[in-house]
Amino acid sequence: MPQLIQLIDPQGQVLGELPDLSADRLKELFVHMLRVRVTDGRMLTLQRAGRIGFVGTSTGMEASQIGSAAALQPQDWLWSGLREGGAAVMRGLPLSEYVAQMYCNANDTAKGRQMCNHFQHKGSHYPSWSSVIGTQIPHGVGAALASQRRGEDAVHAIYFGDGATSSNGFHSGMNFAAVWKVPAVFVCVNNGWAISVSAKQQTAAESYAHKASAYGMPAARVDGNDLLACYATMQAAVARARSGEGPSLVVLETYRMMGHSSSDDPSKYRDEAEVEHWRTRDPIARFEQYLLANQILEDGERATIEATLTAEIDRVIHEQESADPMALKTLVEDVYADVPNHLKRQYNDFIEVAERHGDAQPGDGAFPL
Amino acid sequence: MPTLTLIQAVNDGLKVAMRQDESVLVFGEDVGPKGGVFLATEGLTAEFGKERCFDTPLSEDGIVGTAIGMAANGLRPVCEIQFQDFIFPAFDQIVSEAAKLRYRSGGQYTAPMVIRTPYGGGIRGGLYHSQSGEAYFTHTAGLKVVIPSTPYDAKGLLLASIADPDPVLFMEPKALYRHLKADVPEGHYTVDLSTLRQVREGDDVTVFCYGSMVPVVEKAANKAAEQGIHCQVVDLRTLLPLDEQGVLEAARKTGRVVVVHEAPRFCGYGAEISAIIAENIIEYMEAPIRRVTGFDTPFPNTLEHHYLPDERRVLDAIEEVAKY
Ligand SMILES: Cc1ncc(C[n+]2csc(CCOP(=O)(O)OP(=O)(O)O)c2C)c(N)n1
Ligand SMILES: [Mg+2]
Repeated sequence: MPQLIQLIDPQGQVLGELPDLSADRLKELFVHMLRVRVTDGRMLTLQRAGRIGFVGTSTGMEASQIGSAAALQPQDWLWSGLREGGAAVMRGLPLSEYVAQMYCNANDTAKGRQMCNHFQHKGSHYPSWSSVIGTQIPHGVGAALASQRRGEDAVHAIYFGDGATSSNGFHSGMNFAAVWKVPAVFVCVNNGWAISVSAKQQTAAESYAHKASAYGMPAARVDGNDLLACYATMQAAVARARSGEGPSLVVLETYRMMGHSSSDDPSKYRDEAEVEHWRTRDPIARFEQYLLANQILEDGERATIEATLTAEIDRVIHEQESADPMALKTLVEDVYADVPNHLKRQYNDFIEVAERHGDAQPGDGAFPL
Repeated sequence: MPTLTLIQAVNDGLKVAMRQDESVLVFGEDVGPKGGVFLATEGLTAEFGKERCFDTPLSEDGIVGTAIGMAANGLRPVCEIQFQDFIFPAFDQIVSEAAKLRYRSGGQYTAPMVIRTPYGGGIRGGLYHSQSGEAYFTHTAGLKVVIPSTPYDAKGLLLASIADPDPVLFMEPKALYRHLKADVPEGHYTVDLSTLRQVREGDDVTVFCYGSMVPVVEKAANKAAEQGIHCQVVDLRTLLPLDEQGVLEAARKTGRVVVVHEAPRFCGYGAEISAIIAENIIEYMEAPIRRVTGFDTPFPNTLEHHYLPDERRVLDAIEEVAKY
């Protein structure tokens, strides 16, 4: 089994050479991790209050997504799965758009068509995943080929979970990427579970990193709760891809502390002792210890940052609570470049009934035909 | 008699089948200790062990592909696709393999198996947790396609599907999983595949529907009755093979037909019903056939209540057809 890369152990002990990051940058990354946790907490509260429909949290996985994505450049792409929303925010997705997406309201850039936790941000090259596990993997590979053909300096980081390694998309994506030698990095976030199926039931391979060798690419196994190990390993993989040496697989070994989503009750299938074990490996606490020991963070500063982040997210939530109603024409828009006549007719039939019942807003009226 | 919800009836049907026949296996994603994301398989691993009810890796292609091999070699797989939206990675195995094994082997090999899957909207699941893809499969010769709408039918049709010598796609309307409780007999019983169900008698308009649309149509029919329009409501419940004779009789009785489904309209199942009526008994028709369906678009999230045919859109069509 490839050695687990760890730079800071759970006790805060430094084990290897740390990446060269300024104190300010280190603190920034800490704030990004905290924002993920605070945001997840707030989203769960909103879900329980019935304000939003669904939440898939990243609690326990903050170092994996923030540490790895921090090694990307602005021109790089991030192909996401369910839990990379925090990385999107770090890379430029406005928090207001994040929350609008969770509300699926009229401010959502995807016009409320996707369920919650399906973020996108074109400006930072972050397409949303569909929901269909593993399909983004070959997309990232094809997009990497396009970047390569145009001679762009863009690396495509393709994120997916342990469960997704069983999908057809994983196989095709890994195989094509290695054959074509595209500038891609496959990031497998092994959080121990695919809903109720454990990572050990998902594969008989000794580790997820083993899968890479069959496709002819190198792999690294990283302690996914060690922010700097995630960063350093990803940085090396991205540099390799950028220099034309081809794709590689980075496996981030972490743990999903909460249920799969707000609709899941994990007590049915997993042992609380396992969760407790991972609680002692909390990625934020570990990095906090390191920052405190190196005087990058002061005692009590975490609480202050959290309070600021909470105020920030609450302000955004407050704004998004009062969005306009969704325009009904969004029902038939974006199916094609132009709304075809048959859809205009279907809409017109529909709006006639809706108007009669007082359900339509100004602007919702029939299409001229 | 116990009263069960539709999903409890499915669960009960699975247990009855597994108790009766050791070769029945249940598998899929999260169907084991978790009991399925909707709890259709709750308690099966506890009762039958993980040799008979087990979780698989995350591959629909793997689930259906291995089920075909099991079925061809003496087991009775009843596999689950977690959401019908995720069946497409298995489309090849269903369409090219399960549906054609008997034909291409001259009947030497067969795939008696059931693929259970929740379909349809109503849970705010957006594009990929809401679709009604029945028409992709009713276009596939060699497959049977069954959609129950009541707890009684869910159990009886499921047991008939498991006993059937051919592959059956068993689509469960997730919006009706916990819609109501109804009497469901204990033990084994079956509801014949290929028979429709008269939901309500009426002489003025015939409304064909199935699955999640049945209660919507019933409500619209009640409203119509208040205006003196009496609807005959027909639950098709087995889409393939269809009870064609039953459809024609029901349509001829009133000469006025509305077809309702939540799937998109174009090449949807309603097109087949309309065509069968037009081809065979157009001379009995008093009005053009009306379809009330989902839009010819992907499934939205926030506006799903507008996408889904509701009572008033159905009522509107009934009135129009009645007046014609
Ligand atoms: C093709 C497909 N099958 C099933 C599902 C239902 N589903 C959603 S998430 C999930 C588990 C994913 O596990 P993993 O890839 O490890 O990602 P994680 O949720 O742990 O981040 C499943 C089975 C789906 N979305 N797509
Ligand atoms: Mg996982």
